[in-house]
Amino acid sequence: MEWAIDIQVLRYRVQRVLLRALLYVVVAIGGFIFAIPFVWMVRTSLMPMWQIYVFPPQWIPAEIVLDNYRFPGLPFPRWALNSTIIAMLNVSGAVVTSSIVAFAFARIRFPGREQLFLVVLATMMLPGQVTLIPTYVIFSRLGWLDTYLPLCIRSWIANPFHVFMLRQFFMTLHRELDDAARIDGCSLFGLYWRIALPLSLPALGVVCIFEFTFMWNNFYLPLIYLNSVKKFPIALGLRLMQGQYRTNMGGMMAAALLAVAPILIMFFFAQRYFVQGIVITGIKG
Amino acid sequence: MAAFVRRMTGRQQVLSPWLREALFGYMCLTPWLVGFLAFTAGPMLASFGLSLLRTNLLTVSEFVGLKWYNDLILVDRLATKALVNTAYYTFAMVPLATAFALGIALLLNQGIKLQGLWRMVYYLPSVVSGVAVSLLWWWLYQPDMGLINSLLGQIGIKGPRWIYSEAWAMPSLIIMALWGSGGAMLIFLAGLRGIPTALYEAAEMDGAGPFRSFWNITIPMLTPTILFNMVMNIIGSFQVFTQAFVLTEGGPNNATLTMVLYIYRKAFQQMYFGYASALAWVLFVVILVFSLIAIRTSGYWVYYAGE
Repeated sequence: MEWAIDIQVLRYRVQRVLLRALLYVVVAIGGFIFAIPFVWMVRTSLMPMWQIYVFPPQWIPAEIVLDNYRFPGLPFPRWALNSTIIAMLNVSGAVVTSSIVAFAFARIRFPGREQLFLVVLATMMLPGQVTLIPTYVIFSRLGWLDTYLPLCIRSWIANPFHVFMLRQFFMTLHRELDDAARIDGCSLFGLYWRIALPLSLPALGVVCIFEFTFMWNNFYLPLIYLNSVKKFPIALGLRLMQGQYRTNMGGMMAAALLAVAPILIMFFFAQRYFVQGIVITGIKG
Repeated sequence: MAAFVRRMTGRQQVLSPWLREALFGYMCLTPWLVGFLAFTAGPMLASFGLSLLRTNLLTVSEFVGLKWYNDLILVDRLATKALVNTAYYTFAMVPLATAFALGIALLLNQGIKLQGLWRMVYYLPSVVSGVAVSLLWWWLYQPDMGLINSLLGQIGIKGPRWIYSEAWAMPSLIIMALWGSGGAMLIFLAGLRGIPTALYEAAEMDGAGPFRSFWNITIPMLTPTILFNMVMNIIGSFQVFTQAFVLTEGGPNNATLTMVLYIYRKAFQQMYFGYASALAWVLFVVILVFSLIAIRTSGYWVYYAGE
């Protein structure tokens, strides 16, 4: 009865092919739906005004128009510069302080190490609201309002996320390296500076990327601490534009696209780092 | 002491190696310690103290005890509404986002071609966030001119008024959040790869079909990841602010008024710093309670391989 078995095998194979095709279809449709908002954003920013509101909506601009990318009266380039400055200040702070703190937790023995690390973890789960108002008062008394200092300070005091991630990474470095270096007369700080840091450049890259992205997108902190329009990062600038540009969606989308472009570009070049960072923090569980 | 200090002369080591290492450790921790005391522990206590005052931090400062907490729970309907809204957002979004991310991860894990490309497509929205994206979705959600209702109209469905309708405002925010659930998807993808294939092979030999092996192998092995993800998500979504602020400003009719938005209003628009501090503490306690519930009940459904 070989032919009966052949038919069964054939049915099984056909089923598998169909399921596979279905899989691809679902993934593609989902991907398409996910990508639509981005495509929409780009198309709106490049369209002449009259075509944007046409119904049913059209996808191809009749002519590519760059007018939307001009923002008369608004210091958009200044805003972009501000965002960059804020982000870079935070990135440098994050790299310097989280790495040394994480190194201490990973490699240096001192009493209370485990308990203190638990405290660090606990602060990771703390909602910012509960410390917000007194922190605001502190900065107000210091006269730091409307400066970038309150925005940067949080990265110079070692963000628990970064500390956690870097500590995990440092713990994977071989202890023999430390021992060999010590035997050769390396100081404790040298262990950090000459061994741990150079070996952890990828992990530091992840920290850079995450911190940059977070501060670039951050809206809440600048909203609270900045008042002068000249000092606004793009996030606040966009918010300012929201009222004025309510009927000018072309300009609005152009601005939004410019706001997300740097992150997108960074993502294309450093995708690995994004993925690695997410995975390291998420998998530990 | 004599054991530690030898001789305080010249350049000899005066401290024992153990002590030197410990001191170095504490020195390294200084940034964190200073920050913790000055910007975390201190402010936490201070904000609790503030919550017992009626103050605008400039002219008025008066001790009112637990009045704010009393008002919050019994008198202020808006506070209750904010809390309910935030809970609605969190408990609708977190399960949906988790299921969604897990679903996509499972699909992508079937060894399809161009997996890197699809991964990027699904992950990208979560990388860009904040005001720009909220504005984009504001545009998409416009009832008359937005893309979503246009597309729905083309297949014959009359779309709701989304962010202008009380019933659909919060779901609008939730849908937008689902679009950004790519981060969780990556975590689940990595988690899926970590499940030993030997388990699947053994199950297949025992005659398990795909659904069975999904239910009895994949899910249990993923539960630690799911738990961690869920807890972090709960903590995060209870603090939702930017989307509500930019898209709907808490409306319509306070349907999307979230706790953080309410705290912001009370503190920075109406200058009720005492009341806002009380609200913040209530939010903190709520988050803490739910996180603890999630962790405590996890013993019933989380399976740690190797225990």
